[in-house]
Amino acid sequence: MGGVLRFIADNRGDVLQRLLEHVEISAISLAIALLLALPLALWLGHNGKGGFVAINASNVGRALPSLALIALAVPWGGLKPPTVIFALVLLGIPPILTNTFVGVRQVDPEVVEAARGMGMRSSQVLGKVELPLAAPVIMAGIRTASVQIIATATLGALVATGGLGTFITDGLAVSDTASILTGALLVAVLAVLADAGFGLLERATTPTGVKLERGRGAPGTGPAGGPATAPAGGPAGIETEKERTA
Amino acid sequence: MAVAVVGQGPLVDWSWIGGHTDDIVARLLHHVIFTLIAVGLGFVISLALSLLVVRWRWLYGVVASIAGILYTIPSLALFAVLVTITGPTVTTAEIALVGYTLLILIRNIVAGLDGVPRDVREAAVGMGFSPRQVLFKVDFPLALPVIVAGLRVATVTTIGLVTVSALIGMDNLGTFITDGLSRFFMTPVLLGAVLSIALAVLADVSLLGVQRLIAPWSRRPAGAAR
Repeated sequence: MGGVLRFIADNRGDVLQRLLEHVEISAISLAIALLLALPLALWLGHNGKGGFVAINASNVGRALPSLALIALAVPWGGLKPPTVIFALVLLGIPPILTNTFVGVRQVDPEVVEAARGMGMRSSQVLGKVELPLAAPVIMAGIRTASVQIIATATLGALVATGGLGTFITDGLAVSDTASILTGALLVAVLAVLADAGFGLLERATTPTGVKLERGRGAPGTGPAGGPATAPAGGPAGIETEKERTA
Repeated sequence: MAVAVVGQGPLVDWSWIGGHTDDIVARLLHHVIFTLIAVGLGFVISLALSLLVVRWRWLYGVVASIAGILYTIPSLALFAVLVTITGPTVTTAEIALVGYTLLILIRNIVAGLDGVPRDVREAAVGMGFSPRQVLFKVDFPLALPVIVAGLRVATVTTIGLVTVSALIGMDNLGTFITDGLSRFFMTPVLLGAVLSIALAVLADVSLLGVQRLIAPWSRRPAGAAR
């Protein structure tokens, strides 16, 4: 631990730069993944189309080993940061796509019916009813994606120098324990913070009505999330599932 | 600079692949063994912890939080830290790999056991089943589909993580990727990537088959509302 503090003190500028690079690469990748996946999944969920693809996206995403995905992108993108970002976007899309779709589809059909009966237009139903009710599930997907992107950005150091992974790969190469521990510690803290931060957002976006209903003991809403069921076709229990491929 | 090197020559050097079939078979086998050990050990530990959790509920929060934080730590970070403690050994890799299976497995085993209908258990007790018989003849069989679903996720996840362990010197499909990247030689990189993805998909599909075999009723029509 003393070694880590000394390493950070000795390499203050470097540590800060790598940390910022890591955050930057992760944020850009998450933003692109969101831009691509969110509108598509909202549209699919709202219209009840493409369920098979949307639900199985997270299964396919899980089956793609992150290191393999980054490696596969190299021949086309070269050993540059955009290659890493491309791979990270691909990893970020599935959880967002699946959760958003499932979140919108999960909205009680009677509630949607009632909204229509009140004279809401299709876009209003989506924006004022489905989106708010699906928000916590969507946030859970973004949370999963963000943790995964931050974790995999570490592996990006193999392809393009940059990010906190650089301390780990450099440290492993020359057996510099302080460098390894610094990189590992900072990236772990970053991932845990992102997880906790998005966890808070997940709670904050939960509509009050939904919270009240949970308080009355609705099943399957424990804080630990639902079980990982890797569905065979139905949307059961995948919505709050965490994923890890990095 | 490196891009130019990457761009040279054909993408896949087939003769290189032909000359390394021994390596391919050995590393594929290593990859499978690494995965089996991790999921096997992880399952035993998870099962024990889940049984404790089912008996003493308050443990669940503790166990799930610890497993959850462990699960959030990026794999390269965990591998690297463990290397500084236990050295670049198979044990080091397996400690991390087992750690990553716990959250998924515990959550699914507990959920599976929780999902057993109370009436069914009561009927079993009424028929004179001992607690052990209830556990083995009622609880486990009924929880099995959810447990296998967890094994499926854990296995596929582990196959991906084993690849990363090549970075701390483990010999498996990931070694092709790290080797290739360090020499700017794309053939092994693609080979390692394609084989590990194929292995993950194969494992996923086979376990899905098992899941359907042991619980044909769990197969719902696509898009069915919950």
